[in-house]
Amino acid sequence: MNRINPEINAGSMADIAFLLLIFFLVTTTMDVDKGLQRRLPPMPSEENQQNAKVNRRNIMQVKLNSQDRIMAGGSPIDISQLRDKVVEFITNPSDSKDLPEKEVTQIDGFGAYPVSKGVISLQNDRGTSYSSYIKVQNELVRAFDELRDQFAMANFHKKYAGLDEDKQKIVRKAVPQSISEAEPVDVTKK
Amino acid sequence: MAQFSRRNKGDMPKLNTSSLPDIIFMLLFFFMVSVTMRTTDKLVIVREPEATATAKLDRKDLASYIYVGTPIPSKQAEYGTDARIQLNDSFKSVNDIRDFVAAERESLSENDREFMTIVIKADENTRMGIVTDIKQELRRCSALKIMYSARTVDHF
Repeated sequence: MNRINPEINAGSMADIAFLLLIFFLVTTTMDVDKGLQRRLPPMPSEENQQNAKVNRRNIMQVKLNSQDRIMAGGSPIDISQLRDKVVEFITNPSDSKDLPEKEVTQIDGFGAYPVSKGVISLQNDRGTSYSSYIKVQNELVRAFDELRDQFAMANFHKKYAGLDEDKQKIVRKAVPQSISEAEPVDVTKK
Repeated sequence: MAQFSRRNKGDMPKLNTSSLPDIIFMLLFFFMVSVTMRTTDKLVIVREPEATATAKLDRKDLASYIYVGTPIPSKQAEYGTDARIQLNDSFKSVNDIRDFVAAERESLSENDREFMTIVIKADENTRMGIVTDIKQELRRCSALKIMYSARTVDHF
């Protein structure tokens, strides 16, 4: 018996693969989600509402009105000045009485460090546009990133992003991202 | 001296296409691993605001999406042009967020529930009123981990 193996015609294989490829192209998305990550404060219950009172000097209020104008620490400012203002507020370089106090905290694996108790409280109006709200949020994040980089440079001679997980944890404890999204209030109340 | 005599003149030599399926399969596998399934059809127009200090969402499977924006033109006759909330595949109100969050939380495994992230994809021209309402509702259902979706730009 002299049988020749019949060859399988693979010419349509490419078409089948193309079909699958196109199906996947249509039904999937490739965009990566990027954005500003935040943690909302838990809803206050009735009894601990009073306990959450923070010393006045430790809070910087950043207000955004319906015309997207910014008021930080009691004076109207431009968005470009916001970052420096936050950095100055949190670091309190001259230990001023009006700026937040520091609490010496023991950080695991690092030692004692005076952690600023400053909190940025962001308030907005119902008429504020979302894009300017995100811009302000962005500036606040940048301010804290700068502080973390400063701390990391001074202690580990590297930027925050270049540190390993344990050291990043230390930096996060030394410079907590204390941005509070306050209860909604009408900023432009008459 | 015609060394290179052409045999059967006029006939194109056959192109060997036997490796074509392999190439296409390679492309296919690349796409299969690098993309995620599209889950919802957008019913609202969302142009995300710009930001510079964005971070990447690391666990996409733990994310639930809330879309806020103007309805797409084909839905405007029915729903108007005011900013609306879209959950899954339909327009919902702020009060429906509670059920949505509960359902999303239920779909995750026990260990992952605390890491659930709500991604707010809102249009840059949205007013903060509706976003504030969503945030308050999320706080009420203690879905506290959120992300404001934004486009990354180098500077404003």
